[in-house]
Amino acid sequence: MLKIKNLHASVEGKEILKGINLEINAGEVHAIMGPNGSGKSTLASVIAGKEEYEQTKGEIILEDEEISELEADERAHKGVFMSFQYPVEIPGVSVTNFMKTAINETRKAQGLEDMPAKEMLKKIREKSELLEIDRKFLSRSLNEGFSGGEKKRNEIFQMAMLEPKLSILDETDSGLDIDALRIVSNGVNKLRSKDNAVVVITHYQRLLDYIVPDHVHVLLDGRIVRSGGKELAHKLEEQGYDWIKEEVKVEG
Amino acid sequence: MELKDKLISSFFAFEEQVDVNNDVHQLRTKAIKDFETIGFPRKKEEDWKYTSLNSILKEDYSLFPKKESAIDYNDVKKYFIHDIDTYCIVFIDGIYSSQLSNTTHDKIDACLMSSALHSPKYKAIIDNYFDKITPKDSGLNALNTAFSKEGAFINIPKNTMADRPIQILNFSTGSEAALMVQPRNLIVVGENSHVQIIERHQSLTENPVLTNSVTEIYAEKRAQLDYYKIQNDKGSASLIDSTYVEQKQESFCSVHTFSFGGKLVRNNLQFFQRGERIDSTMKGITITEGKQHIDHNTLVHHIEPNCESHQDYKGIYGDKSTGVFNGKVLVEKEAQKTNAFQSNNNILVSDKATINSKPQLEIFADDVKCSHGCTIGQLDEEAMFYLKTRGIPAKEARALLMYAFANNVLDSVKIPEIKQRINKLIANKLNVNLGFDL
Repeated sequence: MLKIKNLHASVEGKEILKGINLEINAGEVHAIMGPNGSGKSTLASVIAGKEEYEQTKGEIILEDEEISELEADERAHKGVFMSFQYPVEIPGVSVTNFMKTAINETRKAQGLEDMPAKEMLKKIREKSELLEIDRKFLSRSLNEGFSGGEKKRNEIFQMAMLEPKLSILDETDSGLDIDALRIVSNGVNKLRSKDNAVVVITHYQRLLDYIVPDHVHVLLDGRIVRSGGKELAHKLEEQGYDWIKEEVKVEG
Repeated sequence: MELKDKLISSFFAFEEQVDVNNDVHQLRTKAIKDFETIGFPRKKEEDWKYTSLNSILKEDYSLFPKKESAIDYNDVKKYFIHDIDTYCIVFIDGIYSSQLSNTTHDKIDACLMSSALHSPKYKAIIDNYFDKITPKDSGLNALNTAFSKEGAFINIPKNTMADRPIQILNFSTGSEAALMVQPRNLIVVGENSHVQIIERHQSLTENPVLTNSVTEIYAEKRAQLDYYKIQNDKGSASLIDSTYVEQKQESFCSVHTFSFGGKLVRNNLQFFQRGERIDSTMKGITITEGKQHIDHNTLVHHIEPNCESHQDYKGIYGDKSTGVFNGKVLVEKEAQKTNAFQSNNNILVSDKATINSKPQLEIFADDVKCSHGCTIGQLDEEAMFYLKTRGIPAKEARALLMYAFANNVLDSVKIPEIKQRINKLIANKLNVNLGFDL
């Protein structure tokens, strides 16, 4: 589904990603772990198409299509979704209305008519139940005054509504208490299918107890230095990143 | 002939249209002399530093429309707040339109200045209030007073709740190649009385129009007034709106100014607090494009103790447009325990747009809470990215962020239909269809 080849990217002239290679197939969950400043969030933003991050080299191929030149909204229309660590507040625009705009703009780009109101309501009801979201919550202004947990739950609600092919969850576990973490991961697990893929970007192993990855990658200084199964995440949790740093130094 | 000379010489013709024996005419004759001395404001004056009237004063305006024009209600219905019951006072090219108006004398008076000026019934009100708070150092005020003849006259006797909002609409038809009008409104809200007023100036063609409007508002003890100004005129129409509000103790007055249209718009809005525990609120949303120029010049004069004022102006400036916010808060020595808040936040959407924001606080009392804040920024890139990752294209994303930025100003709008209307105007101005009504 997604192939990343030799991806280099710079932020304000400083190279952050230094040659990433990654292949993600439909139906898989990949976790990308790494210490602070290793480039995890940059990788997420570059895949999603953040303009301020300059892709200097390499390819991002989504289902056989090179998407490096596409705007973030065009990538979204092709099925890329990114859940934010710090979602933006939009006072005066309700969650429901925001979702209507997002869904219908995507449909418009795909040459489809607006989703009929009845179908939209039904979908909103189903997906909000999935994330244990109260009806009243949906008429509140988007993210305005939401708690950390509500913001994250709302991010996954949006993911559920938009039904992306590739979801990148950037530090979704940060600031979540155990109940919110359970609801959020439960939501993600129920949305998994053989046709979509999930990339979980996280600092800690905690989230991976709930969303179990097929592959774990360790990002260090802009490069993927180790890949393995879920046991790699456990090892990192127990031993930290120092051993990898040492091994990489020796190899280097 | 220069516009100033033309105005002065046409005063004689004007005198033939009005009753020169009326007391008010003495004010007019003095005012035309004042105008002759002071003239139009110039850029070297501090209050006009960022706004030049030159481009609009060079038109050859007709001062008296030659014929009365009729308008079909269906053609202008959209400019009315028509989904609720209101009283309407409507002028076409400065002349009262009985056909489009719905005036009243039942419990309250919502009628015409021309009839109020000449009716013995209202003589006491005119004597007490007319031209009492308009600053006399302004050439534009003098000019308006000199030609004062028509406008809205609203009188809410004490202990009365106006049973519906009152709309004041000024249409210009373009029957003249260029037209100058000078509406003069007087609004008196008696003790314990309430009223809501909506004002709009609307030209119906591309012919240039210059409106020099003066409104005096008097709020007596514990009176409550909410005033909504909808400024969404054509790109050929310019407006100088001067509104003066005098409040007595425990009264509450709010003025919301929604400035989206017009070539050049200057809002002079001044509050004078003559009593304790007064609340004065002024809020505004300004959204510009093209070469529009919109200037808000406000003053709150805190004269007595224990009063409040709240100012919140939001501006979004696009293309090559210019905005000015000049907000002055003057707290007299006696006005202890004053709470005065002012905020002016602006977004420049284009590199070529300009905003001049100048807060001025002059505080002579020592036990007061006064704050002011002014920001000028661009749209947040991270927020744009967020919306785009949800599949929302740049134009729509920008519109959503602009709406989110300005939205809180609407919280204090008490008439839901006005809120809806403003939301619609904002959506139109931002030129997007978001698939839902803002």
